[in-house]
Formats: sequence, structure tokens, C-alpha cells
Amino acid sequence: MTSTADSPAPDVDAGDGPIVSVRDLERTYRGGVHALRGVSLDVPRGRRFGIVGESGSGKSTLVRLLAALDRPTAGTVTFEGQRIDDRRESELGFLRRRLQIVFQDPMGSLDPRMRVRDIISEPLGRTRDRDGRVAELLDAVGLPADAGAQYPHRFSGGQRQRISIARALAPRPEVLIADEAVSALDVLVRKQILELLTRLVDEYALTLVFVSHDLGVVRKMCEEVVVMRRGEIVEHGPVDEVYDAPRHDYTRELIAAAPTLHGALRGSARPEPPER
Amino acid sequence: MRGNLVVGAALVGLVVVTALVSLLWTPLDPQAVDASVRLLGPTPEHLLGTDKFGRDVFSQLMVGAQTTLYVGIIAVGLAAAVGVPLGVLAAMGPRWLGELVMRTSDLVLAFPALLLAIMLAAVYGASTLTAMIAIGVATVPAFARVARAGTLQVLSREYTLAARAGGRSRWWIAWRHVLPNISGMVVVQASVSFAMAVLAEAALSFLGFGTAPPTPSWGRMLQESQELLAVDARLALVPGLAIAAVVLGFNLLGDGLRDRFDPRLEARR
Amino acid sequence: MSERARPQGHLGGVECNQSAPGGTGAAALLSVDGLSITHGETALVDDVSFRIAPGERVGLIGASGSGKSLTASAIMGLLPDGLSASGSVTLRGQQLLGGSERELSRLRGKDIGMVFQEPMTALNPAMRIGRQVAEALTIHGTSRRRATDRARELLDRVGLPERTARAYPHELSGGQRQRVLLTIALANDPALLICDEPTTALDVTVQAQVLDLVAEGVRDRGSALLFITHDLAVIASVCERVLVCCDGRIVEEGPVATVLSEPGHDYTRRLLEAAL
Repeated sequence: MTSTADSPAPDVDAGDGPIVSVRDLERTYRGGVHALRGVSLDVPRGRRFGIVGESGSGKSTLVRLLAALDRPTAGTVTFEGQRIDDRRESELGFLRRRLQIVFQDPMGSLDPRMRVRDIISEPLGRTRDRDGRVAELLDAVGLPADAGAQYPHRFSGGQRQRISIARALAPRPEVLIADEAVSALDVLVRKQILELLTRLVDEYALTLVFVSHDLGVVRKMCEEVVVMRRGEIVEHGPVDEVYDAPRHDYTRELIAAAPTLHGALRGSARPEPPER
Repeated sequence: MRGNLVVGAALVGLVVVTALVSLLWTPLDPQAVDASVRLLGPTPEHLLGTDKFGRDVFSQLMVGAQTTLYVGIIAVGLAAAVGVPLGVLAAMGPRWLGELVMRTSDLVLAFPALLLAIMLAAVYGASTLTAMIAIGVATVPAFARVARAGTLQVLSREYTLAARAGGRSRWWIAWRHVLPNISGMVVVQASVSFAMAVLAEAALSFLGFGTAPPTPSWGRMLQESQELLAVDARLALVPGLAIAAVVLGFNLLGDGLRDRFDPRLEARR
Repeated sequence: MSERARPQGHLGGVECNQSAPGGTGAAALLSVDGLSITHGETALVDDVSFRIAPGERVGLIGASGSGKSLTASAIMGLLPDGLSASGSVTLRGQQLLGGSERELSRLRGKDIGMVFQEPMTALNPAMRIGRQVAEALTIHGTSRRRATDRARELLDRVGLPERTARAYPHELSGGQRQRVLLTIALANDPALLICDEPTTALDVTVQAQVLDLVAEGVRDRGSALLFITHDLAVIASVCERVLVCCDGRIVEEGPVATVLSEPGHDYTRRLLEAAL
């Protein structure tokens, strides 16, 4: 589409600088809800980058802004040095192919009226070998070749997430955003999908932005993490450091609140709550 | 579920076939007045008897099916063709446009359809066409509302976000995601509106603002039979049952089609 | 149901055909014996047996579709249409399965309380919270005036501010609604509390608070607990004993610490591996 967009901007050292960069991002919704209050972060190319926060933390708003699906009230979002926050839809073609999202809801993220092959090829635009690409993608996410002819309702939650991942990979993106992509899944299915994501990120050398309310999952998937609360980043660092030596009270609270098997087995969890 | 579709299609099909046949052939001239055979009961010559002018009721019924279908198809077609795009636009376009569409449709809803029909009839003369246009215009808001609500629902789904993230335009989303997903609601609305249009035409004909005599219409047959109800209920019963059958038929067809075209319900069939 | 087209699900290949013996001894509060739930020819729950002693906290764990929620529904007499149950479910010796709606409704909310997963839909949106809690009491014979006072008291006990009684459900957060549901479920000091994934839809920090309240609520009343979830860590932090449910059967049961440290069944081992 916009051929100029594909060439790197002059002020950026392509390949070295952050692939996605956010500066002083604010987003206020109608009615005065401050979803984001000045967020800045850099996602280095090839990094597995985690964003942790509970509901109301602004992480979903941030995802939309990273993907230019919404406009900030203030601040900038750049992709390889190019502003994407102030562009019209028609100027975003380059981003649409290079940054893709896997959404949370395995039911709501697939159009029930479309066959799987049409869903997967939706981001492809005009391609010569659509069927070949769909078959390739189905194989990559571990779905049988005949899945393409089916409608999404025939698939389980985990399989739908595989379809969602195949769609995201279709245009051969460089950045993959997983927005709570495993939150609605059972533990065993979650494990499979996490393994699949890990494998694909390695195989295609993707930059992964993994968004979750679950610090445990982020720890498993990511190298670097930001912790968000009420529209702000409260902590940022290498994931093990943040997990093992949290500096912010809220991070500590998050870690303590998440029940873990090890904690429970050590007997430190809460079989006996404090007396009132 | 399949039963609905079959019965609905059969009833509607019967009306359609009747209307088509009546274009070429009716047992007798439906408009032929014959004072010597007034108010006859069913006879081999007059299968459903005759009315107070001695016209053949069966032939009138057949030709009346044409009027019913005209009214339904034109009125509902007009309402859907205008209402659905307006509703989708109201949901997907800029906010001011949505407001404008919805406030205007409030206005139309508040304006009595009957008054509109009477005004049109006063200007252009009472005819089936003015009745259809009046009914159609009055039904536009129903489609606009259904389409807007459905569109907003579809837009709240993540697959439309995914489509945008995949670089697809608003038009693509409206065409590939919104329309297929609201089609069920629109079809149901159409069947309900069709039934209402048939009834409205009957009411307008009753008041003298609809189909002008001598063109046979089920609504007018019903109206003409009013004064004779005590004498011969048959004259009211025949068009009444015909109207009930076509209304039921379209309702069943609407339900059946909705189920048929919804892949999510496939498992239950 | 239509035939599942995809053979992908590894779950389908799980071998969980060895049935664990049920029961822990005499004086059971709840006895489930040979409970089977069928949909036409298909067995969704197959010959499940277990007992819960008074005051005992039991966890029921399994993936979605394992039949764990159906088991709870069968105990409450709330099976969806088209499903039929056979076997025996007794509470203090009284047969619940096949009991009349009148008998069951006398038990529900009084001897057995239940908290559902979805806190959004389980409350009447058009009724003030205080009245909904009070109604749980008046249904089972408390006078209206006493019930109103008691409702305020109970809401206070789960840490909800006083104005909550006058609020409507939509004015509350998910966690607050779940507290209200817990209050209603515990209003009549039931002998058994059943929780069906009560914290799945909640944030981690809120989940921790609700889990504390559940544990505290049953302990204060001496109620037994049947806690259904797919999250081992949650069970480990709330329950003493665990039942592992797979493909409609109970494949393993025992004290939480034993089952989690020395799992006897392959399925349990896989659940443990998938846990974070």
C-alpha cells in the first residue's frame, strides 16, 4: 500500500532501536475516565515484553493505542520511529501488516458467520496463493488442514485461540500482541497455547507483547515486564527481578495475592484466614 | 425448527402461487356484479359463494392475494432498503450522524402512520401505492433501530477489532461482518413488518384510504363484510382466515430462515 | 451435539478410566453414590461417588467439560433440561436426586448455599442489594424486619460498606457482587456451601479477598465446602481434600497435600505440570 512507509524513517537506526515506542501517553474517555495517565515505554525488537495489570489498569487501552485502533488524548506512539498515533486509517497499511493482535475472548474474536479459512485470510488482502497460505498457517498452529472449511462454533476454546493466532500470523507480522490470550482457557489448554506461542515467537523471530492480569503467566513467557495500575506504570524491569524483588507495594500485593501451588503446599497460603 | 420453515414456506408459497395464477386465470370475473346471485352460499359454480353484489368470493380472494403481496413486498422492501443502511450508518458513522438518524426516526415513530397515509391519499389520491409508501415510510424506523442495535453489538465484538488490525476498511467490516451478523434480526423484523403491513393495508382499505374499489383486497373484503356479519359470517371469515394464514406464514418463515442461516444453531438441527 | 471435527485436543486422549474409590467414612453430610448424568446416550458424568463430612472443605478440580459443574448442578437439583441424573445424592440421609421441586427449594439456600461463576448475571438487576439479601432470609421464614437488619449485618461482615444495601447490582464491581452472592449463599448458615468457579472472572487481588471470605464464612458457620475450579492453586489454598475430575469420572482423590505432592494419576500430574 503506502510504499514509503516500508522504508525506515531516516532518524532511526533500523534493527537496533525499539520497534515500538510510547511517550507520555494519555487517554481520557468521554465522561472523564482517565484510562492512561502518562505512560512511556520502549519495546526492543525481538524482546518478549510483558504488560501486567488488573481490570482498570489501562492495559487494554494501551493495547489499542499500540495497534493504532484508538487515538490518544496526548502523547505519541511510534513504530520503528514513525508516528502512528496521528495517522488516518488509510495511512496505516504498513502497520497493519507488521503488527498483529491475538485477542482474549475465544468466542467473540472470531466472526461466527465466517469460515475459518476466510477468518485466517482476512488480514491478507489480495494474495495469489490464499489457500496455500491458509494451509501453511493451519499447520503452523497445529490444526488439521480441513479445519479451514468449518465455522468457528465447531471448535473448542483452545482451538479457537489457535485460529486467532493463525489469523494474526497471516500477514507475517514482526510484532505480535497477545491481549489476555490465555486468560479464558483451562490450565492444560493454557499450557498448550503458551507453548505454541513460545515456539512461534522463536520460529518467526517475533517481538511479543504479552498482556495479562496474571504475573505468573507473564513470568513464564516474558523477559521484561511493566506493571500497570490505574493508568500508570508502577514498576518496570527484567521479569525475574520484578518477581523476586518487587520494589512497588502494588507489585508485592499482586504477587502475594496470586495463589501458587508451591505456596499452598508450603502451607503459607490461606487455609486459616486471620481472626476478625 | 425445520417444521417452521416448511409450514411457513408452504403458506407463503400458496399465497404466491395463488397470486401468480390469478394474473392469468380466475374461475369467474372477480369484479362482475350480478344482482341475481347475491349472498349465495358455496355452490359448485361459486366455490366460496358470492358477496352482497353477487361477485364471486373465491375469485376475489385469488386476486386479493396480489394486493397483499404487493403491499408487503413494496412496503417492507422500501422500509428495509432505507432503514438497514441508515441503521448501520448511524452505528458506524460519526456521532452526529447517528444522533440525527435516531432523532429523525423518533419523529417518524411519533407521527401516526395513519395520518401520513391519509395525507398522502389526500395529495395523490387513495390507492394501493400511496398506502404502501405510507406503510413503508412508517416502518423505516423499525429497521433502522434493529440494524443500529445489531451493528453496535457486532462492533463490540473483537473480530471487528481484529479486522481493523488486519487493515480492513469500514466498508469491508460493514459488508463482511456487520451485515451477515445482523441479517437474522433483519429477517425477523421483515417477517413481523410484513405481517403488520398486511394488517395496515386492511385497515387503510377499511377506512377508504387504501386499495380503491373495484380492485379486490382482503382488507376491503373484510370491511365490506362488516355490516353482514350477523347475516353471513362466511364473508368475514374467508378474507380473515386468508390474512391470518399469510401473517402466520411469514412469521414462521422468518423464524425458520433465521435458524437455517445461523451456523451456530447447526448443531441443534 | 455435532461431531467434533478436530482430533487435536490432547484432552481427548487422556486416559482416566480408573475410578477412584469414594468416601471417607461414616457420618457424611453429603453422600454422592454412583451419580451418572446423561444426555441421551452420552454419559457426561459417569458413576461418580464421594462424601463430604460436616465442616469439611473439599475441592473438585477438572477442565471445562469434565462434568464438575454438572455434578454441582445435580446436587442442587438444577440440571439443565434434557439431562437426566441417576444414582443417589443424600444430604444428612435425605435423598435429593429426584426430589420434588418443593422439597428441593426448601433445601436450596437454607441447607445448601451456592455461589456461581458469573457475578454479573446471578443478581436481579432491578432489585436493591439489601432486599435481595433479605429475601434469601424471608423465603426461609425470617420476619421481614429482622431480615432487613440481618442483611445489613451480613453485608458488613463481608466488608461491604453500609450504603451497599441501597445499591443496585450495576453500581457494584465484580468483586463486590461476588461478596453479595456469597452473603446470600451463607445467609441461612447452610450446612454445605457449593462454589462453582466463583473467582474465575475476578482480578487476582480481588480473588484473594473473596477466597479469604469463603474460607472464613464456612469456618465461622461450621459449614462444609464443595469448591469447584480448574485452578489447582486455588484449591490448594482453600481446601483440605481434593477430588480430581476427568471426562466425567473422579480419577483421584485424597488430602490436598498428598495428591499434589504425590499425584497418583497421569491426569493430575499433567495438571500439576501446567500449573504455574
